[in-house]
Amino acid sequence: MAYETIIGLEVHAQLRTESKIFCGCSTKFGAPPNHHTCPVCTGLPGVLPVLNRRVVEYAIRTALATQCHLSPISRWARKNYFYPDLPKGYQISMYEMPIAEHGYVDIESAGTNKRVRLTRIHMEEDAGKTIHDANNDTSLVDLNRAGVPLLEIVSEPDMRSPEEAGAYLRTLRTILQYIEVCDGNMEEGSLRCDANVSIRPYGTSEFGTKVEIKNLNSFRAVEKALAYEIQRQQRATHAGEPIVQETRLWDANREVTRSMRSKESAHDYRYFPDPDLVPLVVEQSWIDTIQATLPELPTARRDRFVRDYGLPAYDANVLTARKDVADYYETAAHAYPSDPKAVSNWVMDSVLRALKDDNLDQQLTITAWPCPPEHLAALVRAIHDGHISGKIAKTVFDAMCTSGQSPATIIAEQGLAQVSNEDELAAQIAHVVAANPEKVAEYRAGREKLLQFFVGQVMRATQGKANPQLLMDLLKHKLAADK
Amino acid sequence: MQPFSLTIHQATALLRKRELSAQELTRSVLDRIATLDSHIHAYLTVSAQEALHQAATADALLASPSPPPLCGIPIAIKDVILTQGVRSTAGSKILANFIPPYDATVVQRLRTAGAILIGKVNCDEFAMGSSNEHSAFHPTRNPWDRSRVPGGSSGGSAAAVAADLALASLGTDTGGSIRLPAAFCGVVGLKPTYGRVSRFGVIAYASSLDQVGPFTKDVADAALLLQTVAAHDPRDSTSANIPAPDYLHRLAHGVTGLRIGIPSEYFVEGMQPEVQAAVEQAIAQLTSLGAQPVPISLPHTAYAIATYYIIATAEASSNLSRYDGMKYGYRTPSATGLEATYYQSRAEAFGSEAKRRIVLGTYVLSAGYYDAYYVKAQKVRTLIRQDFVDAFAQCDLIATPVAPTTAFRLGEKTNDPLTMYLSDILTIAVNLSGLPALSLPCGFDDQQLPIGLQLIGQPFKEDVLLQTAYAYEQATPWHTRKPPL
Repeated sequence: MAYETIIGLEVHAQLRTESKIFCGCSTKFGAPPNHHTCPVCTGLPGVLPVLNRRVVEYAIRTALATQCHLSPISRWARKNYFYPDLPKGYQISMYEMPIAEHGYVDIESAGTNKRVRLTRIHMEEDAGKTIHDANNDTSLVDLNRAGVPLLEIVSEPDMRSPEEAGAYLRTLRTILQYIEVCDGNMEEGSLRCDANVSIRPYGTSEFGTKVEIKNLNSFRAVEKALAYEIQRQQRATHAGEPIVQETRLWDANREVTRSMRSKESAHDYRYFPDPDLVPLVVEQSWIDTIQATLPELPTARRDRFVRDYGLPAYDANVLTARKDVADYYETAAHAYPSDPKAVSNWVMDSVLRALKDDNLDQQLTITAWPCPPEHLAALVRAIHDGHISGKIAKTVFDAMCTSGQSPATIIAEQGLAQVSNEDELAAQIAHVVAANPEKVAEYRAGREKLLQFFVGQVMRATQGKANPQLLMDLLKHKLAADK
Repeated sequence: MQPFSLTIHQATALLRKRELSAQELTRSVLDRIATLDSHIHAYLTVSAQEALHQAATADALLASPSPPPLCGIPIAIKDVILTQGVRSTAGSKILANFIPPYDATVVQRLRTAGAILIGKVNCDEFAMGSSNEHSAFHPTRNPWDRSRVPGGSSGGSAAAVAADLALASLGTDTGGSIRLPAAFCGVVGLKPTYGRVSRFGVIAYASSLDQVGPFTKDVADAALLLQTVAAHDPRDSTSANIPAPDYLHRLAHGVTGLRIGIPSEYFVEGMQPEVQAAVEQAIAQLTSLGAQPVPISLPHTAYAIATYYIIATAEASSNLSRYDGMKYGYRTPSATGLEATYYQSRAEAFGSEAKRRIVLGTYVLSAGYYDAYYVKAQKVRTLIRQDFVDAFAQCDLIATPVAPTTAFRLGEKTNDPLTMYLSDILTIAVNLSGLPALSLPCGFDDQQLPIGLQLIGQPFKEDVLLQTAYAYEQATPWHTRKPPL
């Protein structure tokens, strides 16, 4: 019996606003515990929420970028439950009337394109953080995060494999980064994902029992957890065991999903419209303004790179996977427009590698580049103009990264300019030819491989700066000529 | 005339003329509290030192060309309204030692107006009650007969004003909690239109119903106190962004041509005959002053109590979740572990009425019951509100009794919560509809207990209410009577 996998993902994205969703406290990460708090976000008696307009703007941006339908009226709802990091004893969220519905994200997985539909998008406030100190048998609560704005993005169960789930997550994250509403860092918690997965026999249409998986802290964890869970469900089904509808936690150390220890009776959140907030009315004129100022989305940019720069799809994908890299590329390509492919090669091979080596790609938005894009462009130009060889260019690039100087400066200071003077080269060639008569004879007798020997000799004599192409031409000419 | 017995207007005139100092006035009130409050039990916290300090500042301001409008006037604050640095308990053990780090907006406005915050007055726990008998601390006594209740939930606010233990006070009204005690204690009490006054810093009971309002000795004082607190507050998303008119400006305008609706449903079976007689007499008085009585019907009145006790308790059950022993307030000393701490802290520190309403509210929101109770109640609420909208097509304001009876005895209704709930039968629809309403004295029964007349107005038309109330008051002697203390 072959089983089909059904996967839906629920993503929570922390929005990059300056202030929290219902008060003016800072959302900045990394402050001492309970430092970014006020009576409102700590749920003191008598406080009331006031909506941060920027949060709504970011939600609208996201809805537009994912082709959702935006509701003209949406409602805030209270989700009631008790936990120490939820100060009011309820979370302000949205329930029956979310701000956006019925959008989609197009992904590419295993060579095919696929559309993953979105059920809904809504806004809500984050809870604080609880830290359990097992040694002292105490728990500590930090409310810095309480009230940070979240966007909840719920997909339809359209994914059919862990790879598709991974592709969806990565695509969604890139979109969120492009429209600058979220940092998209799973490890830091600015992007969180819960997965719902079930299996059913191929050819059937009814959904099987779904299992929710939590505690997924990276893209890899999502893919691995899903793969494990699918196996587990298949094995259980083969063995005739029923799948229990439950929440399981991903154990990243043992790489298994485990049933949650405490008996989790289904929560009744007693949702009802929050009487402290008025219904959210979003005017079409505001939506239009946001639409007009929406940054170019990843797929559109990728297609434009192919079309306008003539880049292959692979290059376009790599360069547009991050907005800051795409921006960097375009700045360099505009500074040297004659060979966009060459610029692309240098960005992909050298710049991205240098970023990775120095761990600079961990920056959420790269601000410290190995070298400025203008310098990279100048380097490519220098190669193209025959000013330096491609081989020497790599040395120059490394020097650019360490010194921050322009290629011209480095080339001049280190005397790396290619020797393209015919007379000078001819003199070097004559010198080498004269010093190696036996080899010349062997070459002329047919050992053509010896050409490399002569090339090497001239290169050594010129500290590697001989223009390789010119050298070859002159050498061949010289070696052929004398008899 | 003793300074404590003055109205705000009378005191202000003397203060401005420097015939009376703010410190003298404050001391007069503090002394009366010291001698009398042990019999009335209106206060939970008296801020004697703070008040005298504020009074000294007031005296300095009174010497300047334009002192603020309430300069030097001692005002008591219901203990659900937060006062920075001054214990605010909501009448509950769970907040018995809670010192707020911030002021409610209304308190800030009083301070800016120069008022003296003389102390915090008693109320039913979390404003849930009609008699002030559900305060965790002690019941407050009706100054007119100390074996009787002052009404609730703002019993302390009403009793303090009636007994001259403050020149005025602030209370809150969710189902009648200003108007009922005002009627029982023979003072003026006003519940503004929902959204007229900020709720920021007011401990929430039912968020869609709560409003802060003044208790005063006469209508002119109520107009002044309302003026001070009626303003848009950006910290309250339900605060109306509508400028307040000048409430004093047309106070003496009179009632000529004003159409006063008289709803048949509000003259209920089993009403105390003297109450009915006094209210009818008051309507006759207003008619003789030039108003025009119009019979109207508010057909969904009978559903108001049930609707209220579903919606208010639902909201309350959620609003009271934050009292969990984690961050502030009472935490049980005897539990270990999270669940036990939650259960025991709340079990030990909430009173029985608060628990009753939390349980009821949780039930009506719970899965399987939400549609049948909560949603249904909200729909009925729309019908109740629509009754008033329709009625106001035929009249400018509505006159009714405040309660079916005068003040009952302590302990008389505490055995049956539902009987207690029925005390609100004439006030509750007003909150459900978000309308402004006031209560002012219109007579006494044969036990010399005060009777209140309720006037209900159109949204944001507190000025019409006040001018009507003023006309009636000035033509009658009730506002000059004081309890025998």
